[in-house]
Amino acid sequence: MQTLQSHAAFAPKSHTQQPIVTGTSVLGLVYKDGIMLAADNLASYGSLARFRDVERLISVGNYTIVGASGDISDFQYLKHTLDSVVTKEYSLDDGHELSPSNVYEYLSRLMYNRRSKMDPLWNSLAIGGFRDGEKFLGFVDLQGTTYKSSTVATGFGAYLATPILRKAVE
Amino acid sequence: MSSIGTGVRNILFKNELPASTYSPDGRVFQVEYAHKAVDNSGTCIGIRAKDGVVLAVEKLVHSKLLVPGSNKRIMHADKHVGVATAGLVADGRYLVNRARDEAKSYRDTYKTAIPGNTIAERVAQYVQAFTLYSWLRPFGVSALIATYDKTGPGLYGIEPSGGYYGSAIGKGKQVAKTELEKLKSSELTVEEAVKHAARIIYAVHDEVKDKDFELELSWICERSGGVHQFVPKDLADEAERLAKASLQEEMEED
Repeated sequence: MQTLQSHAAFAPKSHTQQPIVTGTSVLGLVYKDGIMLAADNLASYGSLARFRDVERLISVGNYTIVGASGDISDFQYLKHTLDSVVTKEYSLDDGHELSPSNVYEYLSRLMYNRRSKMDPLWNSLAIGGFRDGEKFLGFVDLQGTTYKSSTVATGFGAYLATPILRKAVE
Repeated sequence: MSSIGTGVRNILFKNELPASTYSPDGRVFQVEYAHKAVDNSGTCIGIRAKDGVVLAVEKLVHSKLLVPGSNKRIMHADKHVGVATAGLVADGRYLVNRARDEAKSYRDTYKTAIPGNTIAERVAQYVQAFTLYSWLRPFGVSALIATYDKTGPGLYGIEPSGGYYGSAIGKGKQVAKTELEKLKSSELTVEEAVKHAARIIYAVHDEVKDKDFELELSWICERSGGVHQFVPKDLADEAERLAKASLQEEMEED
């Protein structure tokens, strides 16, 4: 590997970080009438339950929801970026709206791109959506790993909830 | 018009005066010529009502081959900002692009939506900058900016000089302004304003000189959730129907 710094002359050097204020698991599953995501409202500061009214699930456009675990400041940046993308697409006024799969693809590229610069957004994301009767559920994380499934779980939920969710959804 | 009060020399050279030069009587010809581009374009009006703002455009259709609803003259600069332009369409799009950049940059810096008066000022300053240099020509557009922020609905107008203007621009602006002055816009609901806007556009349309036109209607109000959008089809169709009917009535009176 040639260099660890970003190529733009004006961008600061950034390297692998550690998450500071964090959110834990996000769970997701598909069901008869659509999809559902679940997450608690806690942002921890290490072992301290620091912020107890945090919304870790957001809507993106008219058809998608995204849930984040991991670093909350990175999630806030992601929220802002996704909002800009939605606004930009809206301004085009071309009759198109972003679908859940579009949001998933965008996040997947964003996250993988950051990991490749050794400057990740330290999050694991659950992306769910419903459009024209089609259900969508996916996962993207800080390493750029992606997959779609009828159940997703991030953080500790990946270990604890996955077997339970799978049994229920089957 | 520009030859009034000027000598023979200026009549010969008037078309070569760059934007960076004053005429002997203190005018900047290039800016005035830019206004002409606006005055030859289809009318745009804006109405700031009690709970929202309405923009309406007389979009002249130059060819029957054009798909209805294409080449829109009303554009979005952010969720809560709408812009209607009169004049050179390409200049209008370029200006709206700048408005979009300003709105985004404000959001990136302050993490909040740009206030109406701020975006109006930024766009106005940008337009004015193009009147300073000989290697740039002034914008051949006037713009009406509709906004909705914490302070409520806002309507701002910008002309090629960069100055603020009234709520009607383009070909039929004189007639439109007269009609608009009759309205007590601050007491209208946005639905009533939509109907008035449609009526006025139909009233200023010159059947003889321009045949086909499309009516573009947009609003930004409480009902739209503070989002700039094209007026919902059912309401827009109703407004257009009423506008055509009122025009019929007037013709029958004559």
